Amino acid sequence: MLGTSLIILIPFLPIISFLLISLVGRKNFPSFCGVLGTLSVLGSFVLSATVAYDYFFVVGKVGDAYQQMVPLKINWLQFAPNVSIDLGIMLDPISVMMLVVVTLVSLMVHFYSLGYMKGEERYATFYSYLGLFTFSMLGLVLSSNIFQIYMFWELVGVSSYLLIGYYFEKPSAVSAAKKAFIVTRFADLGFLIGILILSYYSGTLDFQTMIQRLTMQTNELHTITAASFMGASALAWGLVLVFIGGAGKSAMFPLHIWLPDAMEGPTPVSALIHAATMVVAGVFLVARLFPVFSGCPAALDIVMWVGVSSSLIAAIIACTQTDIKRVLAYSTMSQIGYMMFSLGTARYGGENGLGYMASMFHLFTHAMFKALLFLGAGSVIHYVHSNEMKDMGGLRKLMPVTHFTFLIACLAIAGIPPFAGFFSKEEILQSAYHANKVIFGLAILTAAITAFYMFRLYFNIFWNKPLPHKESAHDAHGAADAHDAHHGEGPATMLIPLVILGLLSVAVGFIPFNRLVTSDGKALATEFHMTFSIAPVLLATLGIFIALAFYKKESAVPQKMADSLSALYRGSYNKFYIDEIYLFVTKKILFPFVGRPAAWFDRNVVDGFMNMLASVTAHISALIKGLQSGKVQQYAAYFFAGAVGFVLIFIYWWT
Amino acid sequence: MNDIGLFHFLFISCALFFIGVFGFLTRRNLITMLMSVELILNSVNINLVAFNKFLFPDKLDGLFFTLFIITIAAAEAAVAIAIIINLYRNYKSIDVEQTDTMKY
Amino acid sequence: MINLSILLLIPLATALLVLICSTAAQIRMVALLGSVAQLGYSSLIMLDYMSQRAAGNKAQMLYESRHSWFSSLNIEYYVGADGISVAMIMLTAVVVMTGILISWNVEKMAKEFFFLIVLLSLGAYGFFISLDLFTMFFFLEVAVIPKFLLIGIWGSGKKEYSAMKLALMLMGGSALVLIGFLFLYFNTNTGSGAHTFDLLKIVQMHIPVAAQQFIFPLMFVGFGVFTAMFPFHTWAPDGHSSAPTAASMFLAGISMKLGGYGCLRVAAYLMPEAAHQYSWVIILLSTIAIIYGAFATLMQTDLKYINAYSSVSHCGFVIFGIGMLTKTAITGAVLQMVSHGLMTALFFAAIGMIYERTHTRQVAQLGGLLKAIPFIITVFVIAGLCSLGLPGLSGFVAEMTVFVGAWQHPDTFYRTATVLACASIVVTAVYILRAVGASGMGPVKNDEFLKFSDASWNEKLASVALLICILAIGIAPFWLNNLVSPDTQLIMDNITRVVGVN
Repeated sequence: MLGTSLIILIPFLPIISFLLISLVGRKNFPSFCGVLGTLSVLGSFVLSATVAYDYFFVVGKVGDAYQQMVPLKINWLQFAPNVSIDLGIMLDPISVMMLVVVTLVSLMVHFYSLGYMKGEERYATFYSYLGLFTFSMLGLVLSSNIFQIYMFWELVGVSSYLLIGYYFEKPSAVSAAKKAFIVTRFADLGFLIGILILSYYSGTLDFQTMIQRLTMQTNELHTITAASFMGASALAWGLVLVFIGGAGKSAMFPLHIWLPDAMEGPTPVSALIHAATMVVAGVFLVARLFPVFSGCPAALDIVMWVGVSSSLIAAIIACTQTDIKRVLAYSTMSQIGYMMFSLGTARYGGENGLGYMASMFHLFTHAMFKALLFLGAGSVIHYVHSNEMKDMGGLRKLMPVTHFTFLIACLAIAGIPPFAGFFSKEEILQSAYHANKVIFGLAILTAAITAFYMFRLYFNIFWNKPLPHKESAHDAHGAADAHDAHHGEGPATMLIPLVILGLLSVAVGFIPFNRLVTSDGKALATEFHMTFSIAPVLLATLGIFIALAFYKKESAVPQKMADSLSALYRGSYNKFYIDEIYLFVTKKILFPFVGRPAAWFDRNVVDGFMNMLASVTAHISALIKGLQSGKVQQYAAYFFAGAVGFVLIFIYWWT
Repeated sequence: MNDIGLFHFLFISCALFFIGVFGFLTRRNLITMLMSVELILNSVNINLVAFNKFLFPDKLDGLFFTLFIITIAAAEAAVAIAIIINLYRNYKSIDVEQTDTMKY
Repeated sequence: MINLSILLLIPLATALLVLICSTAAQIRMVALLGSVAQLGYSSLIMLDYMSQRAAGNKAQMLYESRHSWFSSLNIEYYVGADGISVAMIMLTAVVVMTGILISWNVEKMAKEFFFLIVLLSLGAYGFFISLDLFTMFFFLEVAVIPKFLLIGIWGSGKKEYSAMKLALMLMGGSALVLIGFLFLYFNTNTGSGAHTFDLLKIVQMHIPVAAQQFIFPLMFVGFGVFTAMFPFHTWAPDGHSSAPTAASMFLAGISMKLGGYGCLRVAAYLMPEAAHQYSWVIILLSTIAIIYGAFATLMQTDLKYINAYSSVSHCGFVIFGIGMLTKTAITGAVLQMVSHGLMTALFFAAIGMIYERTHTRQVAQLGGLLKAIPFIITVFVIAGLCSLGLPGLSGFVAEMTVFVGAWQHPDTFYRTATVLACASIVVTAVYILRAVGASGMGPVKNDEFLKFSDASWNEKLASVALLICILAIGIAPFWLNNLVSPDTQLIMDNITRVVGVN
């Protein structure tokens, strides 16, 4: 087993690169920063891979189950005798798997950006932010304490904010960054209160102790289920609130509105953060607390329904979007919905844990092909200088590598065997089938729609229009992109990650996840039912063929379809007006009816009262000061009158 | 009956006092006001002397007080006239109505 | 050997030296050297304090020293320090030093300016180390009056109005404090019928509950005015926005902490029964302050007003933590005092630097400054992130400690208040990101901006010093927590001794 100090290096290499670049490198060796960042992540990846090998094949398994290991724990902040934030490292199947996913995708993105971001003014800053993000994400997956995960959760949020707002001179990027941060912050409020509830009843913040206390028949479990608020137990409240936090980060309906806007960031960032790593943090969080969730079916039902509805809604919206990155964003949301409801259909232990395993499996495969899709889209955008489908078409000859790897990714996400997505999706569908037939129906419908919109995207980029409009693109941009005037593909640094991820998208489906990552650590026997797979694959193929018919050549059919389904089309095109609802609530209700009155009240009532005190004093003083006229004779008259008064008093009343 | 008694002295001093007060409160000229103040002081002097003479003929306390007051009145007159002259230099007037800038 | 009186002598000597200097360059150098010496001595005290505690010194107060001041009334000059005082002393030393660095370019009446700043710090040090209520009041007054002059002479905007308002409200607060102190004094009995101002002796006595019920509100409101407790906070926005940068830093960074410290050390510590009885009022007012301050901030358009209102909201957490009466929440309140002091000083410093260049603080007139003055805007953004509670910076530690502590109070009313207080962090994120986004990012509004020079050495030094402190607390909070939590435990023990556990 690797030493603890080497495991610590996994998250620390990227943060060291962040510090080096932002404090020294940005000024002194800006062009070397990219290589520095890439090397640091390469180091993390190699270490992670070693840890994964060691964990899964050498030391992780004790008896027949993988154990949780906590090689490091530092008391960071002691709240009360047993309640403390400990910074620690926890290794178990999901955290080790996430280590590999995060470092691998991050490495690919670092490498890819060497070419993609070349010549950017803030190239070094970009790499320092990437380092910060990678650090935060690694810290998140390694957390051994629920507050630690919350801390890194926030750090991930802020690095995402910085990266979305990378082009800070673009107002749309700034507002997208702000939106992403605020929406997830709002969700984190739920997470925070959930933590408070769970930790109060379990008397600890440590994951292992908490899970133990809230799953065994302990006093803590009894009090938390006995305590109820508004008809639900404290346990359910706590878990649902924690899930709200997860749903915010994972862009689940109705907290998903930030994800499409987040595409304002540079495309490699979208691949890293908004496809493969950060957005699955919510899934990871639910998986981390899964034993506790399993004891509260109501909470898992909520997870399931939120997951499946997000999945379906996002798929429908993705069908009509024209910005290729937004299509991918909605597809991400849809796939994460898949992972979520898969968790919702599972229960802790044994056969019931199929959905858990499937969800983690899908998380893994999805990271590969979705990163590939985004990087491929990045290559296309790099060449076309536009995000809009209408500016693309017929690029297959110009960009053969991109075209081929993109096709692989599309097949993978559509669930066509033998690509990776097929295997994980099959497991999810099986779990759904056993748990709830309605969920299964919706899931399989979503699968078909997924195939359709992905191939709509594929055909629109690489086929559709007969001629590659290379000329027009170059007219518009002139010498700026002279370096790729003769070929469509970017430099080798951009192609190699595509190829690697393309190979992985084929290969990772064959990893025996059922023996490695399961809810209770024990191997899970799964059978492969050929008959069960037929329906989903057929439906997916059907989706592909519809897309082929609609979009392979330019045709009027899609427009006619859109016209005939005009209400649905418009709803989907406008993302079901969810953004508008939020805007209405904030801009039309919260600001004018809470913020402005508060400010008005403060200026006029509270402050007015103070000013009134002052002015009353001033008035009284104005009345009294008239007596001090400065006229000596008046003073003398008062004096004399006073003396006479005293005389009278002494003579007549005193005696 | 023909003797001049304490009552006559008190009557004179009382009259002087009120004439002084009246002058002090009504006249606008600072010099005249100063003179009124002198009248008031002198009325007090008469009182002291008269009470001494009629009530404690074997003591001299009243006379001493009177001497003190006369001295102080002289000093006071000197200071007051100095102030008045300064006022006149600044305001070109010794009207009391115009010397009210020291209010508040 | 540590002698706390040196903490008072250094500023005094600095102030006198400032008076005899002739050129502005000499004056600021003397002031800077004085504050650096003070920072050095404060650090020495902190290190010595920590090592003594580590060595097992269990005395409640260290470095006690007392001299009779007015013996017939038992008034003493009596000082001593525990962990809370040491933390506040460090905070004061850092903020004063950075404040002097930031005001390096003050030319107008430089002698008077630095003299008053140093005098203010003298008042704050004295307040934090006093163990005699009368001495404490004396230093409280010393820390009020110079502010009036600082704002009135060196301020901007409607400075006369603000200076008057601030001075009058703070004087009103300190008048209430004085009345409270006197009532408390006449309710003490040292056995022979004499009264005492000695804080540690008063704790041992039992102040009649009826008297506490009367005295506690007086003192809490009095100190509450200093902390900008709702509804006595209105001096804060006007005062902060009119004050010169260093005065704003001092005002928000230290002066508001005088109130929090007083609420804790005097009101809650000496009158536990009343604190327990009135805790619901405290929680109500502070929750209102937190939420309402946050929403009021949303509508502000002037950077200083934004920070001033957000200070109202953040200082609400201090009162909130004290009012919760659990050990963790009180520790959180102390952490929040330190954290907010540093963070808001940094924030005001950044705003001051921006204002010095752009001559406007209106958010709408700024934009794209990150391109023009990257260092300053980075500092501004980090201060903002600290304000919205980003882990790794001090704000997170303090707020989370308050929340965890508050949640330990099982009553539904208190829980609701806690949820509302938690909700304020969302609003905080909204207004901070709006301010940062509108002023630092976006297209460059005015081409003049691009001609600005970035931070000068003194500004960089000040920002970096504050940043290091913020990061030190944010990354390694355990040392600060270990420093203050034995003493908050002591305060809490005193409360639980008389009212039981809630």
